[in-house]
Amino acid sequence: MEKRAAFSDLRLAGALIAPQLLLVFVFFYWPAAQAVYWAFTTQPPFGGSNEWVGFQNFEQIFTDRVYWNSVGVSFLFAGLSTALSVGMALLFALFVDRRLTGYRVHRFIYFWPYAVAAPAVGLAFRFIFAPEAGFVSAVNQWVPGLWNPALDGKDALALIVLANSWKMVAYNFIFFLAALQSIPRPLIEAAAMDGAGVLRRARDIQFPLLAPTFFFLLVINVTESFVDSFGIVDITTGGGPARATDLMVYKIYSDGFKGLDYSMAAAQSIVLMGVVIVLTFIQFRYVERRVHYS
Amino acid sequence: MIERTPILDAVTHALMLLGLVLAALPIVVVFVASTHDLATVNRVPMPLWPGDHMAENYARVWDKSRFGEKMLNSLIVATGVTVGKITIAALSAFSIVYFRYRLRMVFFWLIFITLMLPLEVRIVPTYAVAADALQPFRVIAGGFGLELGIPQINLLNSYAGLILPLVATATGTFLYRQFFLTVPDELAEAAKMDGAGPMRFFIDVLIPLSRANMAALATIMFVYAWNQYLWPLLITTDQKMATATMQLQKLVPGPLFGQPPLWNEAMAATLMVMAPPLLVVVFMQGWFVKGLVASDK
Repeated sequence: MEKRAAFSDLRLAGALIAPQLLLVFVFFYWPAAQAVYWAFTTQPPFGGSNEWVGFQNFEQIFTDRVYWNSVGVSFLFAGLSTALSVGMALLFALFVDRRLTGYRVHRFIYFWPYAVAAPAVGLAFRFIFAPEAGFVSAVNQWVPGLWNPALDGKDALALIVLANSWKMVAYNFIFFLAALQSIPRPLIEAAAMDGAGVLRRARDIQFPLLAPTFFFLLVINVTESFVDSFGIVDITTGGGPARATDLMVYKIYSDGFKGLDYSMAAAQSIVLMGVVIVLTFIQFRYVERRVHYS
Repeated sequence: MIERTPILDAVTHALMLLGLVLAALPIVVVFVASTHDLATVNRVPMPLWPGDHMAENYARVWDKSRFGEKMLNSLIVATGVTVGKITIAALSAFSIVYFRYRLRMVFFWLIFITLMLPLEVRIVPTYAVAADALQPFRVIAGGFGLELGIPQINLLNSYAGLILPLVATATGTFLYRQFFLTVPDELAEAAKMDGAGPMRFFIDVLIPLSRANMAALATIMFVYAWNQYLWPLLITTDQKMATATMQLQKLVPGPLFGQPPLWNEAMAATLMVMAPPLLVVVFMQGWFVKGLVASDK
């Protein structure tokens, strides 16, 4: 889109955009390029400049079972928490959109969890689901050893999925409700006049019109689970037990900053960047479509 | 509603209530746990009514973890990111939308692409840059065979290091661009006719018009910056620069021999860390939702 009335002071235009370009260059493009450079080089053990090693770093991570475990756990985590949080949010949005008395209170409170910082979510859930305190461990009084996220990998994974979903349901709920409320009321009323019941209206009017939002949220949720899960994992499980919750972001952090192996961490970063870029491309393609139809 | 559906209405109410409990319960549990003494908080299951040790728990953890200092750091970082982001985003969007030059689409895409890679996936090299902020320029100058004597600027353990990388993204720029494109052309034409220069037009016309936009962006940026965890954890080693979210890691109750875990203090800290963004969302929900939906993140 072009503005008809544009200014022509090019020096000013440059000065206005310079701060942003400078920041983006120093803190985005340079580090991204640096990651690529590190991924293809390795630092000699006794100092000196980096040596070019080609795809050796990638070969090393792709033949490492610990890395594949981390990839598997990440995808499992992303799949489970996306299914749970998108599904729950859709259900609640559909019911709140029926606008029975008091729906405003629900709409107001449902979305508080999204404001809570990931490490705070992590600590709260760690307490609630703690094996020796809190609430859930009460099941251990009936069946000893049934729940223990500190020892059982499945329990630990369930714990981080629940914590992440609690936060994301709130986010998804906002988008589903906004989409539902933008459906023209007369459309629903006309369908009701024609004798379509609540379920029929949901199937033939609401679901088709929600499809773009649904798809958008799927992509966003998967991306977020890959990227934004560090705080929860670090506080609740620390990647354990026995690497059962060793998500890709967490592994990059522990290899890079605890193991101090920048080349390995950089190669893993490149792989994760690839995953995120593919997901974002899907999302942009979709965003264009949505603009077109609205 | 349109027709009478008593059974479905009952189901709806029950489900909405369930949602309410699921959303609020963890927050309530955190509060209740923070009001009990050590013995009560470790009972399984913990009682769901508040105890009477609230004041002492909060006072103890506030002093022990020096929360005053940390909350202040978080506040400075969150405010810095919010103000920095709004200023820089408004200026660059103004340049892209209201000036006609060849490179502007290139610049737009250069900024827009940053949406693709969140800070978390490129932390290792960003950390290296923060340790030596002018390194890119030194390397480039070196590439041309120049020795300019560019100094080292270390951003570790500084507010600049905590703030700047969080400002370097496209969220706000995109939002402002979309908004400026909806401003009628006649306004700029009239301003030019009256002899106003670009900056005069920007300050007296565009800024007042974009107030709603600004409020929406400010609420989401404040919450986003306050809740940052991984980045502050990496870039600060000095306890004087630590933020409130970082402190939670230190308060995870470990297995202490012969002593019950300090869950009441940990929960008091959790509540203090979650309170400021929660208050922003509670009191400015309208703006927050607007910002969230408009910027798609």
